[in-house]
Amino acid sequence: MTMTTNTLPGSACATCSMNRHLARLGVRMDSWDYVVALAGNPNTGKSTVFNVLTGLRQHTGNWPGKTVARAEGGFEYGDKRYKIVDLPGTYSLLAASADEEIARDFILFGQPDVTVIVVDATRLERNLNLALQVLEITDKAVVALNLMDEARRHRLSVDHRRLARDLGVPVVPLTARRGEGMGELLQMVHGVATGEIKPRPHRLASTRDSALDRALSQFVARIEAAFPGLPNARWVALRLLDGDASIENAIRDGSLGDLSRGLQTAPVAERLALAEATS
Amino acid sequence: MTLNVDPDHKQSARRTLADLQPGDTAEVVALHSEGAERRRLMDLGIVPGTRITAELRSPLNDPVAYRVRGALIALRQSQAVQIEIRSPAPEILS
Amino acid sequence: MSDPAADLLQTARALRAEVGAGLHDQLAEALYTDAARLADRAVTRPDERPRFDLDRAIDRLVTSRTWGFPIMILLLTVVFWITIQGANVPSGLLATLLLDTVHPALKDGASALGFPWWLSGVLIDGAYLAGAWVISVMLPPMAIFFPLFTLLEDFGYLPRVAFNLDRLFSRAGAHGKQALSMTMGFGCNAAGVVATRVIDSPRERLIAILTNNFAICNGRWPTLIMVSTIFIGSAVPAALAGLVSAAAVVGVAVLGVLLTFAVSWFLSRTMLKGEASVFSLELPPYRPPRIWQTLYTSVIDRTLIVLWRAVTMAFPAGVVIWTISNVHVGGGSAAEHLVNLLDGFGWLLGLNGVILLAYIVAIPANEIIIPTILMLTVLTARLSGVGEGAGVMFELESGGAIRDILHAGGWTTLTAINLMLFSLIHNPCSTTILTIYHETRSLKWTAVATALPLLLGFAVTFTLATAARLLGWA
Repeated sequence: MTMTTNTLPGSACATCSMNRHLARLGVRMDSWDYVVALAGNPNTGKSTVFNVLTGLRQHTGNWPGKTVARAEGGFEYGDKRYKIVDLPGTYSLLAASADEEIARDFILFGQPDVTVIVVDATRLERNLNLALQVLEITDKAVVALNLMDEARRHRLSVDHRRLARDLGVPVVPLTARRGEGMGELLQMVHGVATGEIKPRPHRLASTRDSALDRALSQFVARIEAAFPGLPNARWVALRLLDGDASIENAIRDGSLGDLSRGLQTAPVAERLALAEATS
Repeated sequence: MTLNVDPDHKQSARRTLADLQPGDTAEVVALHSEGAERRRLMDLGIVPGTRITAELRSPLNDPVAYRVRGALIALRQSQAVQIEIRSPAPEILS
Repeated sequence: MSDPAADLLQTARALRAEVGAGLHDQLAEALYTDAARLADRAVTRPDERPRFDLDRAIDRLVTSRTWGFPIMILLLTVVFWITIQGANVPSGLLATLLLDTVHPALKDGASALGFPWWLSGVLIDGAYLAGAWVISVMLPPMAIFFPLFTLLEDFGYLPRVAFNLDRLFSRAGAHGKQALSMTMGFGCNAAGVVATRVIDSPRERLIAILTNNFAICNGRWPTLIMVSTIFIGSAVPAALAGLVSAAAVVGVAVLGVLLTFAVSWFLSRTMLKGEASVFSLELPPYRPPRIWQTLYTSVIDRTLIVLWRAVTMAFPAGVVIWTISNVHVGGGSAAEHLVNLLDGFGWLLGLNGVILLAYIVAIPANEIIIPTILMLTVLTARLSGVGEGAGVMFELESGGAIRDILHAGGWTTLTAINLMLFSLIHNPCSTTILTIYHETRSLKWTAVATALPLLLGFAVTFTLATAARLLGWA
């Protein structure tokens, strides 16, 4: 059961600027300009970010691993309408479980205009693992560094600018449950979605096994030849080498090919529908 | 014919996470589980080279909560015996 | 499939054979090393470790050998106690308002507007009354229990409960997190079923769902308390009455917990066998909950849910109850015929037709069991001077008066005990059944979830009744 609320009890003035530009739409929307995917480890306050932006309410408590089947909502920022999809919280995207496949497939086949990766500032090392995996798949990403209030409480200081330089994508510190930093997040999301900001994500350079690296780069070259325009050939190569059935099927039924040509064709849509239906 | 002189049927040289007492730290050497179990452990950050500390034991003795990369993860004994460990290399504090 | 694509897949296969299974490991390691490096560069920890790490101290306490369980039991007892005590006055006030004030006012209004007797009966004595009952019984406890529970959840304590109890559940083939859904079930079974979402493994989640009904929800407490006070408490010296009847209720609740383990064990050996799943439980850092915010949203949420349920479930139930009591077919009301029909089977179970019929019509809402039983008893036993008329549910202040009515209806101590047992072990209420379907998307498992407790309830009551009779106790 969901409800729309248009005020966040106890929201501080810090959200004023956001509130001026943000109109929460709940689920009342038929069309949108951009699609935003919300990814992240469980228990990072991802759903709080979702709630603040859309005005919907999803309670998850302090419970790592509480899967809420993918939720959707909408908001308007500036003059653009955004559909936001809250993907299941996962530890990784290497497709070991249904949740991970849903998240991964949405980012890959759903081609969201922006993927926001919510990260817990107090557990950066753990959370960056997923962020790095997302960055292997897409370069249109923004990292939301959430739970900054907890970081302060534990007297941790996180240099988000350095992190942004290292990761190659915008990093926005925020405390979603107090509404702090949400304005900047929206600005970054807007920037990446419209193409004003072009992130150049950090990608894993090598696997420390030179023989493997050589074979890999040859393989990647062949993939790029077969599917020119594919933004993440190296990631595809790694998945194929890992025996990822889902990616193999995507090659067989042509959807990967369509994806590389930037087409939203039937096979692609089918994969997306499958991802949506299983949630 | 050789007799098996290992009455506990343990691969005696292997020290596993199940042997780690609360308060002690170790370094992961290898994961001996397969399939979904292995992937899950790796997802949680338990890979060779990781420092792991036993922190809490359940009042009923199982599971035990381990500190891994800043997070507190509970593992059952059946999982802990599959994780081979050794004494940690001294930590370089910078 | 185009040739380049086929080639690619072939190359992949060949490379994979060369590389071996090590790739996944290497990749994972490489990613984690990278993540560690980047995190290290970005995060600065405080110069000195705080002398006192609150999180760790709390954890040592709540999972300790000596204090872990007592603290758990204490916390749960406090939550239940606050719920029961705190709900008393509001429930009474709501009852006075909705039942003693609004109800007669509505009836007066209806007759002033010239409603025919049956219309005012169906709408006001049937639908409205059932709804009013549900609201006054359920709303206060739900509005207290769930916010309290949510606070515990937000704080981060609940995973520690799963951590403490996991061994018991793993022995039964289940997951420690089932402790949480079970505890939620004591508030409301539908909420307990939703709470099973925290369990990753589908098999273990299903076990948790199927056994959730053995946690006695808020709606069933009044039945148990009343029956226990009137029949069990009255069988012992007055000084002990309160204690003994409370002990009886706690005993039934504990039996429910034991049944949860037993049935979980059974299910994991039979219908839900196999699929050993990967255990995973993370203990998150403690977070100070936003108390007022949580209480506010939780109270509103629960209130709306109760109101919604009153309208969608209780209203129709009330209509049915009133109708069967007032529709006359060949010499008696439909209710009487149904009661007679069910009396035989009821006797076998150590119950009676009235109880069975009440349970059938109250599938939507366990809260109205007692008022319905009283009304039906008065109706079928043709008691005069009591009650409010055919089809009008009621309750009485005096336990003694209630006992008299029930005795007139043929109740014995066996009936009372078996009613308490049946109240524990019967099918879930309709809201829960719908929730189970919504969560599992499986007609099969929803049917099992409905039938399993019911059949078990029949078996238990039948066995007890037969044994009691054979031994000459009843």
